[in-house]
Amino acid sequence: MSLPAYASTGERAWYYSYRVICGLIFLFLMFPIIVIVPLSFNAQPYFTFTREMLSLNPEGFSTRWYNALFNSSRWMAAIQNSFFIAICSTLIATTLGTLAALGLSRPHMPARAFITAFLISPMVVPLIITGAALFSFYARLNLTESFVSIILAHVVLGTPFVVITVTAALSGFDQSLIRAAQNLGASQTTTFFKIILPLLLPGVISGALFAFITSLDEVVVVLFLAGPAQEPMTVRMFSGLRENINPTILAVASVLVFMSIILLTTLELIRRRQERMRGMSPG
Amino acid sequence: MTDATMADMAASGGQELKTSDGRSLKAALKASQSVERRRAFLLVLPLLALLVASFIIPIGQLVTRSVYNPEVASYLPETSSALSGWNGEGVPDEEVFAALAADMVVGAENRTIGRVAARINREMPGTRSMIMGLSRSAEELQPPYREAFLADDEGWGEQALWRFLKRETRIITPAYYLIATDLEYNAEGEIVQRPENYQVYRTLFWRTAWMSLTITALCVLLGYPIAHLLATQPLRIANILMILVLLPFWTSLLVRTSSWIVLLQQQGVINDMLVWLGVVTDSGRLRMIYNKTGTIIAMTHILLPFMILPLYSVMKTIPPSYMRAARSLGATQTYAFTRVYLPLTIPGLAAGVLLVFILAIGYYITPALVGGDSGIFISNLIASNMQSSLANLKLGAALATILLVLVMLFYFVFNKLIGVDRLKFG
Repeated sequence: MSLPAYASTGERAWYYSYRVICGLIFLFLMFPIIVIVPLSFNAQPYFTFTREMLSLNPEGFSTRWYNALFNSSRWMAAIQNSFFIAICSTLIATTLGTLAALGLSRPHMPARAFITAFLISPMVVPLIITGAALFSFYARLNLTESFVSIILAHVVLGTPFVVITVTAALSGFDQSLIRAAQNLGASQTTTFFKIILPLLLPGVISGALFAFITSLDEVVVVLFLAGPAQEPMTVRMFSGLRENINPTILAVASVLVFMSIILLTTLELIRRRQERMRGMSPG
Repeated sequence: MTDATMADMAASGGQELKTSDGRSLKAALKASQSVERRRAFLLVLPLLALLVASFIIPIGQLVTRSVYNPEVASYLPETSSALSGWNGEGVPDEEVFAALAADMVVGAENRTIGRVAARINREMPGTRSMIMGLSRSAEELQPPYREAFLADDEGWGEQALWRFLKRETRIITPAYYLIATDLEYNAEGEIVQRPENYQVYRTLFWRTAWMSLTITALCVLLGYPIAHLLATQPLRIANILMILVLLPFWTSLLVRTSSWIVLLQQQGVINDMLVWLGVVTDSGRLRMIYNKTGTIIAMTHILLPFMILPLYSVMKTIPPSYMRAARSLGATQTYAFTRVYLPLTIPGLAAGVLLVFILAIGYYITPALVGGDSGIFISNLIASNMQSSLANLKLGAALATILLVLVMLFYFVFNKLIGVDRLKFG
């Protein structure tokens, strides 16, 4: 959308003000995420830039909150718990979600629309309802304050993303490739592992990343289900933000921002690879 | 060969197409399709079973709990059946009192009478001590029971108490839904509005809806220009700008909420900047957090990508030549936009609006952290009810069910209009 030579003054004015408006909105989107990183190096226990920081005086900066974070056994245990829960639930969610997406995109799937809507529903049901319902459910089974209940809950919350991304990947899938493989003598299993899975992998990986980040980021359900031994970092952050607000949280937040950058880069690389491959295939 | 194929063959005079093993083609096709259907379903089955077992059943139990009211019916069984014959006028006769005395003896023995007393006390404060006091000496009560009860406490002669007990004999009760919508039974057993200072829930439902609408509107206002810019830029630039949308989307919700606390609080970055610029004085720092403003700003930021992504995917498919054609036919920029471009983006707009609204009305974390007292949502009230006593838990379940029904309604509309299979992220 470049400005044509015949544009009137009004159009010119609008063109540039539109750019400025968009710039401001981008600032609104990014500023809160960027600002947290320098603040986490604050030498003082404040949540704002000190005079030393603004004048770029090295004394205004320190890594004391990172030291506090990495030397705290409670924080480290919480981070470990978070990753343990996220990895386990991602593995299960990805397997079940991919299988379900494969079934859903078969031409003879009965009640497809209804079942899809049903499988996606954990994404839209308010988390507080899911959390409360799962809490009383697992309390009767004596399974609260256990990893089993938390992982199962996160599987439920993560699968919609896997189903969505894998179904999307399958919608562009050329079904004749399966027939071609079988025609050439491949068994069902060989076809799946040699033909279907490699082509679906980008969809599966991005679904898995979504499930992973959903689990890592989830607070409400774990607030209900986790005991002190399972406490993940989100619960610690949540109670930290509610009670004794402390810049260690900003250090954790910066680490998480760094992680989301890594995840986003991975996704972007997958997308580029897919685009390249699409460019190579005929049609 | 089955009867059906024989019949088919008879009908077509033996001219029917057959497979190589002699079955009718129609039947063979049907059989193979049903195998296909079963295979497809078997692939979905594991996830379906898991969802039913660890998501649908728990939610079903929560919903059931909101109407389930067993205390009076199961712990005062004799009284319940005796009360079914009472016409609701005045004070019941001897038969009901005798039944209650018998129930109390059993209840005191099994220690269930306390639960009944708690349930009744919640609706009629002060009755707990009356019931518990009498139940301790229930075994010593002598007929005529009616006089004995009334001698122990005059409260037993109140018509309202008995009407309440009669209502409570139903195992399924709408009582918690009434509270959840700020209604109650009056002494005559009619449904009336609660006193004004008790009307909290309806206000909160309205506030939740109203604030979610504001947030959705802000997301449209901020998301539309961005999506349009992304869709009309060359792919290389659009990809880079897209990262600016996706990074917030991928960043932890708690991280984004804590940044807004850092930015908006009175000693925070934005207030510091405003003081430095001289817009506000040091003593007149703005209160932008722990109230409605804080919730609206933070949630708009968090939900904005959910508006931009569906809008972008629709706008990307609109050929730029349409706008040029409209302009060359004499339309002004505004006219071409409102008559050509805007109608074409409506599917994306509808998807974004519904998605943001559905996610917003159930939000808990952000309002809890930055909402203070005036910026909390219905979810926060559900949470506080769920974390307290049993009776409040049922009220919480009723509130949760109402919210769930609302969300499911919007989800249904979303499904009908847009189709959940069209959802895409990133």
